[in-house]
Amino acid sequence: MGQYSFKLPDVGEGTAEAEISDWRVKVGDRVEEDQPLVDVMTDKATVELTSPVAGVVRSIAGKPGHMAAVGSVLVVLDTDGADEGAAAPAAEAAPPPAAPAPQPQAAAAPAPASAPQPPKSQPAAASEKAAPAAPVAPAVKSTAAVRARAAASPAVRRRAEELGVKLQFVPGSGPAGRVSHADLDAYLANEPAAPSAGTAAGSGYAKRSGVEDVPVIGLRRQIAERMQMAKRQIPHFSYVEEVDVTELEKLRAHLNATKKPEQPKLTVLPFIMRALARLLPEYPQMNATYDDEANIVHRHGPVHLGIATQTPRGLMVAVVRHAEARDLWDSANEVSRLAKAAREGKATREELTGSTITLTSLGPLGGIVTTPVINRPEVAIIGPNKIVERIVVRDGQGVVRKMMNLSSSFDHRVVDGADAAEFIQRMRALLEHPATLFI
Amino acid sequence: MTKAIKTRLLVVGGGPGGYVTAIRAGQLGLDVTLVEADRLGGTCLIRGCIPSKALIHAAAKFESVREAASGEGTLGISIKGTPKLNLAETVRWKETIVKRLNEGVAGLLRRAKVKVVAGWARFSDAKTCVVETAEGPVTITAEHVVLANGSEPVELPNLPFGGPIVSSTEALSLQELPRKLAVVGAGYIGLELGSAFRKFGSEVTVIEAQDRILPLYDAPLVKPVARWLDRAGVTVHLGAKVKSFKSGVVTAEDASGKLLEVKADTVLVTVGRRPRTQGWGLESMGVDMDGRFVRVDDQCRTSMKNVWAIGDLVGEPMLEHKAAAQGEMVAEIIAGHRRRFAPVAIPAVCFTEPEIVSVGLSPAEAAQAGEEVTIGQFPYAANGRALSMEAGENGGFVRVLVRKSDHRILGIQAVGSHVSELSGEFALALEMGATLEDIAGVIHAHPTLSEAFFEASLHGLGHAIHI
Repeated sequence: MGQYSFKLPDVGEGTAEAEISDWRVKVGDRVEEDQPLVDVMTDKATVELTSPVAGVVRSIAGKPGHMAAVGSVLVVLDTDGADEGAAAPAAEAAPPPAAPAPQPQAAAAPAPASAPQPPKSQPAAASEKAAPAAPVAPAVKSTAAVRARAAASPAVRRRAEELGVKLQFVPGSGPAGRVSHADLDAYLANEPAAPSAGTAAGSGYAKRSGVEDVPVIGLRRQIAERMQMAKRQIPHFSYVEEVDVTELEKLRAHLNATKKPEQPKLTVLPFIMRALARLLPEYPQMNATYDDEANIVHRHGPVHLGIATQTPRGLMVAVVRHAEARDLWDSANEVSRLAKAAREGKATREELTGSTITLTSLGPLGGIVTTPVINRPEVAIIGPNKIVERIVVRDGQGVVRKMMNLSSSFDHRVVDGADAAEFIQRMRALLEHPATLFI
Repeated sequence: MTKAIKTRLLVVGGGPGGYVTAIRAGQLGLDVTLVEADRLGGTCLIRGCIPSKALIHAAAKFESVREAASGEGTLGISIKGTPKLNLAETVRWKETIVKRLNEGVAGLLRRAKVKVVAGWARFSDAKTCVVETAEGPVTITAEHVVLANGSEPVELPNLPFGGPIVSSTEALSLQELPRKLAVVGAGYIGLELGSAFRKFGSEVTVIEAQDRILPLYDAPLVKPVARWLDRAGVTVHLGAKVKSFKSGVVTAEDASGKLLEVKADTVLVTVGRRPRTQGWGLESMGVDMDGRFVRVDDQCRTSMKNVWAIGDLVGEPMLEHKAAAQGEMVAEIIAGHRRRFAPVAIPAVCFTEPEIVSVGLSPAEAAQAGEEVTIGQFPYAANGRALSMEAGENGGFVRVLVRKSDHRILGIQAVGSHVSELSGEFALALEMGATLEDIAGVIHAHPTLSEAFFEASLHGLGHAIHI
């Protein structure tokens, strides 16, 4: 039977390690070639690693949240597991060799029964009834014992016994699956709490107990670290302006009503993208990344627009490359494609890195005002709020208009307040007169 | 008038199973009474492990003096004259050790506040027994009873014990050295004692019914022992069944029916031990049996509530350390702890020349269990410490057996002088669930025999340094 050690490949430029984010297989699983084994996460992207060979998973290394070095063994596979699977039933069917004992008890019981008089400690029996079967008895017992049991030190085993925990169900993090005190702790922490006894008199509501410890790992840890860095390093200032989007909404409704069937439904986002693409060449300090260690601001020609995307696992930023070269339809298509990929965890590293400015929209949940956190090392982030009909005064008259606030944050180290204000005012002008977006 | 004792825990038998149970229970605050008809210490201390090791040591010492006195001497050491052995004096020295340990056990029991009743207990029901003491009968009733009655040598019907036909017990107290000793049974007890008497100067012949010596160990482990027996001039007859012993001649018959005659003035019968289940009322206690043994579960509970049994009484292996471990556990369970008897391995040691240790699975057992294994092995001949104590040339080696896929150690066997002292590290490795990499990652002191284990692990990983 062959064996294949699957090592963590180099998953991105210069990556030395990656975090295990999700196991797709467990020990004993049969995997086919190209079947996903594990998801690992580098700085930004989650990469799905697939098996180059078919086989049976013999061991896996590390738990979600653990860092694995490039080149370290993640999975050991028995490569012709097919034979193994086929061999097992055959062995059971074959009568002569003492069938491999599944349980110590079962193995131990019949052996002494089959052994007649002569003693077993010294089967060198000179008596009439020499019993070669006898010495096998203790052997069979110990055999089954080693196989059925998880590796763990005597102290861990003793504690498990006292706690009433069966160690074979506790995942071991040590070499060869050895179970440590910490593994036992983790196992116990995940056990559902015993139902709390009794309720407060008369209320009819049960008391709740228990604290769930959620490890901050994987994407969550990256979000936490990045947010922390952004807020620690960047002196944010926020600027909010209201925009009359009545005309824009009319145009949007018209385009949606007359679009070709294969074209996507337009949201307000592609228009804002268009506005940014149109405007940013005039405000190069906004479409920039600030290397605050080298004290260099890189002003970017292309607009690689980050789109903050909520996924089941947390916030991700998908990147629409070259937004300046995309029309409304193309932009809408790209946003929905990227959002889908991100939500399904299939976005590539390239699709999640390299943005030069970010757009964050909560859509209908947009609220009145937000104070977005800059996607470091970028220097600006724009967050449109929800569109509502409001009574506003036009030419001395109260009229109903569709209004949308535009919240924004800037890195005050490299963006001055006046520039930011001017930039947002220009945005407003473009969006209020949508025809100007296209000249 | 009969004296009566009521106790929380009654322990029957003062051997290593019983006295450990009693001491541990005493430590845990239980009210404990222990009954022992003989001296405290059991087979192990009084007529087994300890006294036999004392004689084996004395025999080795005598042999080295004799080597020095013969011809050119040994290692540049020579003496003039003929070394003499006074076996009665050797046995007296052995007795001082036994006495010391026996008194030690008594002291430990006193300190644990265990009541010791000297006499033979006979049970009338599962929780009541009468002990015939020097001061008259004592009735003991107990909430819990731990049976630790031990085992005794098996007798052959055609060679009943008595006179020149002895068991290991008498062999350890012979006052005169047998000139011609016949050992019936080539298990570890027969070979340990037979080898010792050979070193003392007896002419030793071993007769074994099976076709090999030490059938508990695999062939490569036994080979150095067979070689020593051959070189030492011990005659070994395999596949021979003993028929009779008459007027100084043991008659045996081989498989083809050919008769074999061995002259002997003493016949040592070591064909095994059997649990002591007779003569103390076991039959009136209502506990289930498992063949010759008392049936117990993995907590040493018998089929009768609050009656427990441990040690040789409950099955193989009949070893001191197993009995003691079970006794400690039972005491704790009675005191309310949750315990289970589930060791990964029970080491077995054989004090032949050279010594053998086996812990965990043998290669054959691993194969039977369907394990795909890798074997690492390292010879004593490449170990400096072994060479420096004349232990390099007797074929000794350490062998480690690991699961191929994850390198978890499944079994460790070794043969070689003083190798018994490595058994602790072997057992530790197995109990801790060690892998080859774990052993290879431990710096082993130089120059010691333990380096052979380290090197065997490196060999298993494919990069031994010294071979």
